[in-house]
Amino acid sequence: MSETLQGAGRPVPAESSWTPVDGRLLDVEDLFVEFRTRDGVAKAINGVSFSLDEGETLAVLGESGSGKSVTAQAIMGILDSPPGFITGGRIRYCGTDLLGLTEKQRREVRGPEISMIFQDALSSLNPVFPVGWQIAEMLRVHRGANRSDAREGAIRLMERVNIPAARQRVNAFPHQFSGGMRQRIMIAMAIALDPAVLIADEPTTALDVTVQAQIMALLAELQEERRMGLILITHDLGVVADVADRIAVMYAGRLVETADVHPIYAAPAHPYTKGLLASIPRLDQKGQELSAIGGLPPNLTRIPPGCPFNPRCPYAQDVCRHDPPPPLIEVRPGRRSACHFTDRVLADSEVEFDHTHPGAQEEGR
Amino acid sequence: MGTYVLRRLLQMVPVIIGSTFLIFVMVFAIGDPAAGRCGDRPCPPAYIAQFRAEYNLDEPLVVQYGLYMLKVLQGDLGTAFNGQVVATELLNRWPTTVKVALIAVVFETLIGIAAGILAALRRGRFLDYLVTVSSLVVISIPVFVVGGLAQLVLGIRFGLFPVTSTGGSWGELVLPGLVLGAFSVAYIARLMRGTLIENLRADYVRTARAKGLTPRRTIGVHALRNSLIPVITFIGYDIGALMGGAVVTERIFNINGIGGYLFYGINTKDGSIVVGTITCLVLVYLLANLLVDVLYGVLDPRISHD
Repeated sequence: MSETLQGAGRPVPAESSWTPVDGRLLDVEDLFVEFRTRDGVAKAINGVSFSLDEGETLAVLGESGSGKSVTAQAIMGILDSPPGFITGGRIRYCGTDLLGLTEKQRREVRGPEISMIFQDALSSLNPVFPVGWQIAEMLRVHRGANRSDAREGAIRLMERVNIPAARQRVNAFPHQFSGGMRQRIMIAMAIALDPAVLIADEPTTALDVTVQAQIMALLAELQEERRMGLILITHDLGVVADVADRIAVMYAGRLVETADVHPIYAAPAHPYTKGLLASIPRLDQKGQELSAIGGLPPNLTRIPPGCPFNPRCPYAQDVCRHDPPPPLIEVRPGRRSACHFTDRVLADSEVEFDHTHPGAQEEGR
Repeated sequence: MGTYVLRRLLQMVPVIIGSTFLIFVMVFAIGDPAAGRCGDRPCPPAYIAQFRAEYNLDEPLVVQYGLYMLKVLQGDLGTAFNGQVVATELLNRWPTTVKVALIAVVFETLIGIAAGILAALRRGRFLDYLVTVSSLVVISIPVFVVGGLAQLVLGIRFGLFPVTSTGGSWGELVLPGLVLGAFSVAYIARLMRGTLIENLRADYVRTARAKGLTPRRTIGVHALRNSLIPVITFIGYDIGALMGGAVVTERIFNINGIGGYLFYGINTKDGSIVVGTITCLVLVYLLANLLVDVLYGVLDPRISHD
């Protein structure tokens, strides 16, 4: 490709070097990641496939340790290796397999094309450099901007993410900002080079509720404005509903269900998703005990045989314990689920979620 | 910042008074300061009378100390038994000690930081083990053994360095400087390795990688800048500590510096030398500490001196 010829002296990345194929930005295919630790090999990702289109928001849901963040880090190419190793699969960006690129070529994707924001903005920003400097670093390193241009660019980006008095605060340090403002700075840094894909790894988990809403609104606005593909990693179902177009639910390093956002809320097709949705506190069911999914996610060094969810699953039968994990298959148009009993789960949740909701409200009035 | 420095300088006053008073009491008030002055024989009464008069030893302790400090403030640290003026002698010897300490600081900074960085980046491999094991060995061996070995091996066996000092030229002071800095070089290497390994795992280093920065920039700018904070702080404290540490080293290499002078003063039970020298060392130590605290605020923006 022309990438290698352009070399180090690429002043402004040619817009044409990365163009989506039929609107498709990212295509993750059968990805496997494992962590080789002293306690054994933890199989963090076990055959994950999904795709992301221009202007699309994909929410990746799951408990801690389900492999959400590892998937994101594998796409970014910032897995700590060792101990983390990608042992199989492909990550195609605009048709090119990122895993086949050299480290130098990947650095030209990481930041300018695909960028990422993290959960804890305070620890994710370098404490000893001014925030403006950290934003400007993107422009200086990737675009070759000089100090003053990069500084002006940083101020414009800070203004874009609605940081008040950006010009006065450009030289302030991360600890001098509030949590929400720090996350805005992370966002400004991530969008500095106008990336096509933004990965947000639990961007609002460390923030309080009102600030969460502001940050989500900002992300949605930026995504709309720049037609970015947004991968939103979260374990908070409440955050997802307003923003996401599609949802992918992960469990023990596998996708267990993918669907458009509304059908999944109306009737989940996988017992795990059903459990997650049932555990959301609801305004119309005050005073009731919250239902929780019993048990814990499996230890990734010792994933149980069969379907990894079987020890916690109310639908589990012998087939779930003995047969290989069920594949992710299309159960309705645009919906995929990895369960032997999808039809039963769907039938049950259509009753539970579609009918109790308005029914409960009426009874309450 | 200005008011902070002023406040710290004022806080030094009680520390100086307290430490010099303790030393003064230990040297002049405990036991008979005139004992053993004249070898095995008892001293002549006239000599003892003159000695006691010079140090006001017949006055109450606080008055003795007050009169002594009054003279110190005027730059008069007293006269040694051999007739030398202590203040003049200290001034003459000061450059030599500073030279040794300077060699030690340069040595420990360059080698310690470099070894620490290399060990952190080659973690778990040969170079890492080489640095961690050899630094542990150096830390475990007392300085008089290191000094003696260095003299024997590097000085006599290989003839690389002179083993004693006569005039205090730079060449003569290289080996003592290396010996003086040996402990700190090992300590700094371990400190640097530890903080760098810790910082390489930090979230902001992950952010730097996610920004598409080269490993050189990720480590050299983002991780290193943070890792250097404790190391530079230690080096600052060490400047003060090296002056005191010079006592043993200067004795081993027969260097006419402050440390050697203090050793001589203790050996000859010369109170003027001991109290005067230690007062100077306390002052240097306190100033080094102040410097470090000010530097800390400059290096780490999270620390404010308002």
